[in-house]
Amino acid sequence: MKRRWNLLLWAGFLFVVIGLVSYVPIFSLFPLTRDFPWANLSLFGVGAVLLGKGLGKAFGEPKLYRGKVFGPILTALSLAGIGFFCYGLLFVARQLPSGATAPRVGQKAPDFTLPDQNGKTVTLAELLTSAPPGGPGGKANGALLIFYRGHW
Amino acid sequence: MRSFQQHLADFNARGIRLVAISVDAADVTRRHCEKLGFTYTFLSDPKAEVIARYGLLHQGAGPQGTDIARPAEFLIDSTGAIRWVNLTESITVRARPEEVRKAVDELKLASSTGG
Repeated sequence: MKRRWNLLLWAGFLFVVIGLVSYVPIFSLFPLTRDFPWANLSLFGVGAVLLGKGLGKAFGEPKLYRGKVFGPILTALSLAGIGFFCYGLLFVARQLPSGATAPRVGQKAPDFTLPDQNGKTVTLAELLTSAPPGGPGGKANGALLIFYRGHW
Repeated sequence: MRSFQQHLADFNARGIRLVAISVDAADVTRRHCEKLGFTYTFLSDPKAEVIARYGLLHQGAGPQGTDIARPAEFLIDSTGAIRWVNLTESITVRARPEEVRKAVDELKLASSTGG
């Protein structure tokens, strides 16, 4: 008798792959799923459960189900992928200089002169004293400096 | 970046300018802003001089070992004093517009002349 395809193994592997590739294009766009990768870890969890059940069938009922060879291969690939993901997001992403020499609350913000995206040179003093467009009554109450890594 | 654009009106209404700073060249940033619909101010600091002045240099973390900024946010009042700072511990975790808006309101930046 031809053994049945072990769909649980493939479904589990699919969940893990979706978990791996969905962070950057989807879940990193929303702070709730970006700050800590709940969504991706949940997908990994579902994938791991399915893989576990699939392996159980492959080795428990090997006459009925396929998967004694590709089951362990898919599982090993999944574990490697999950490990890589967790290492990158939970360890590498946290390797930042401490910023111990950054100016603190109460200190004067260091002034600067830099070009904006339209090539116009602006100073911090100008930014602080010119109201943002769209504000009521032309009030200028300060600025939020957002330093980012760049290389988009 | 994207979440701050979505809350831009909140900051404009409070008279708080949003100013993003990175080592990216101005024309690269302009194209990117046009593509993603970002309309607030983006500044270019290609030599990372201002980034270093703010103590945020992340040496060798860019392509080909170039220096870039570690992510950070500073809220500055109209007198030039720093009123609120966020130094994240992970590149995936950034200040959320809602928490900065709360800081602006609690520090009463938009209802006084500051200082």
